[in-house]
Amino acid sequence: MTAVAQHKTVLDVEKVRKDFPILSRKVNGKPLVYFDNAASSQKPQSVIDATNKYYSFENANIHRGVHTLSQEATSAYEVVREKVRAFINADKSHEIIFTKGTTDSINLVAFSIGRTNVNEGDEVLISAMEHHSNIVPWQMVCEEKKATLKVIPINDDGELMMDEFRKLLSKKTKIVAVTHISNSLGTVNPVKEIIAAAHEKGIPVLIDGAQAIHHTTVDVKELDCDFYAFSAHKMYGPTGVGVLYGKEELLNAIPPYQGGGDMIKTVTFEKTTYNELPHKFEAGTPNIAGGIAFGAAIDYINSLGFENISAYEHELTEYALQELKTVPGIKFIGNAKERASVISFLLDNIHPYDAGVILDKMGIAVRTGHHCTQPLMDRFRIPGTVRASFAFYNTKEEVDVLVKGLHKVIDMFK
Amino acid sequence: MATIKEIEETIVEEFGYYDDWMGKYEYIIELGKSLPLVDEKYKTEENLIKGCQSRVWLYAELEGDKIIYTADSDAIITKGIIGLLIRVLSHQTPDDIINTNLSFIDRIGLKEHLSPTRSNGLVSMIKQMKLYALALKTKML
Ligand SMILES: Cc1ncc(COP(=O)(O)O)c(C=O)c1O
Repeated sequence: MTAVAQHKTVLDVEKVRKDFPILSRKVNGKPLVYFDNAASSQKPQSVIDATNKYYSFENANIHRGVHTLSQEATSAYEVVREKVRAFINADKSHEIIFTKGTTDSINLVAFSIGRTNVNEGDEVLISAMEHHSNIVPWQMVCEEKKATLKVIPINDDGELMMDEFRKLLSKKTKIVAVTHISNSLGTVNPVKEIIAAAHEKGIPVLIDGAQAIHHTTVDVKELDCDFYAFSAHKMYGPTGVGVLYGKEELLNAIPPYQGGGDMIKTVTFEKTTYNELPHKFEAGTPNIAGGIAFGAAIDYINSLGFENISAYEHELTEYALQELKTVPGIKFIGNAKERASVISFLLDNIHPYDAGVILDKMGIAVRTGHHCTQPLMDRFRIPGTVRASFAFYNTKEEVDVLVKGLHKVIDMFK
Repeated sequence: MATIKEIEETIVEEFGYYDDWMGKYEYIIELGKSLPLVDEKYKTEENLIKGCQSRVWLYAELEGDKIIYTADSDAIITKGIIGLLIRVLSHQTPDDIINTNLSFIDRIGLKEHLSPTRSNGLVSMIKQMKLYALALKTKML
């Protein structure tokens, strides 16, 4: 007993919950149980305050004015770039490109690499568990360049088939783009191994980190990935802000994605020379308030510490799996050995939509549907799943509420 | 045969018996289970209304000057709701269907299903029912 107790995490969940104002609200008359963190996480007061403070006292455009406000805003924004660099252990802060989010980051790479490196007959390699935002941009590039999109298959537990992956790497492969953690199955992919195997053949790798960045320490140098994409809104930060990490030499080698202000050195009607990294990829006025609030989100995560976050989320996920197993007729979709705090399931032949509507009435927010991974749902021949995804502010008591809710759902539909 | 408005009133009255959401949804689920199903041969891609989450098949045919609707869905709540729509709109004339402005969904407290962001496509169902009425009306002429 004491031995177990000693291994319990040091995260004070009750205290942490108080940092998130939304968690005390009611939905349909019931205390909110927010289990849709994989779609977007909630925001701590410090992030909300940072946005507020920026607009109240600091607002000005960045990288342009000589006046004090503009310079202050510029440094506040650039401080965040440095925070992100340190957060993912990148070499240089100009390897951090601010974008609108993961989708935007992937599109940037797809279209820039697509324009220069992908030609007729080439191949782009993704996996069967990708989010639509790591499928469609590549499909568009392939269509335009008459290249082929190849897909790494998965097994019935929802794990990548690594032997098949190795077979799919060829001279024609121009880039590999895979997700670090599956948003539908919770599978943690062996990205380090994937990157090493691709690099042996000289192929660059993009990792979609949207579901990983807030759960575990990501070290881009250790991974040796060429690109890493993620969104602030899934890491307790604001919407409309994201990051593309890219290795300097690759970012220098590919053309800009969008044209406009900030990304240029000189413009004449004959020719424009592009600005240096990171500005080359940051056309137009960015989401400055969002960027600054993103910095507050990183501070918040750092203040809790990934060691504590990961340990607690792991404990909570194990508890949820154990409790959910007692629900009659439950079938888990995705049983990977390495998994994150995302649990997808079906209840006998109850449609996920039906379950979602009833759970919502009880104040429980889960996601139902295909989770923007339609090809993956087709692979399992299901219309979708019910997905519960946890953050460090969720509790075992909330898991119990979900389990009770599911019993009610079964009752109502039997 | 009762008019659209009259049937709406009856439904509102029925739902008035339930004062909590649970009762209402249990009733909808019951309705869902007893929906007059689309003939399998009409469950085609063509008759599929594409909502994001649940699939709905809707079929309409003329019987004299009245339209008869049948439907099916893979989600029971969706089926229950379309069952209510069918109860109101089936056996009515195309003109009555086209010109009606349904109020009962709002009044029985299911307004959330009407919001366009809700992906069960109730809005598309009503639209599709009216489109069928329009199409069948031209057939009658
Ligand atoms: C794995 C994965 N990739 C990409 C995205 C897209 O992220 P965003 O909508 O923030 O661009 C998501 C979000 O759901 C995701 O889970």
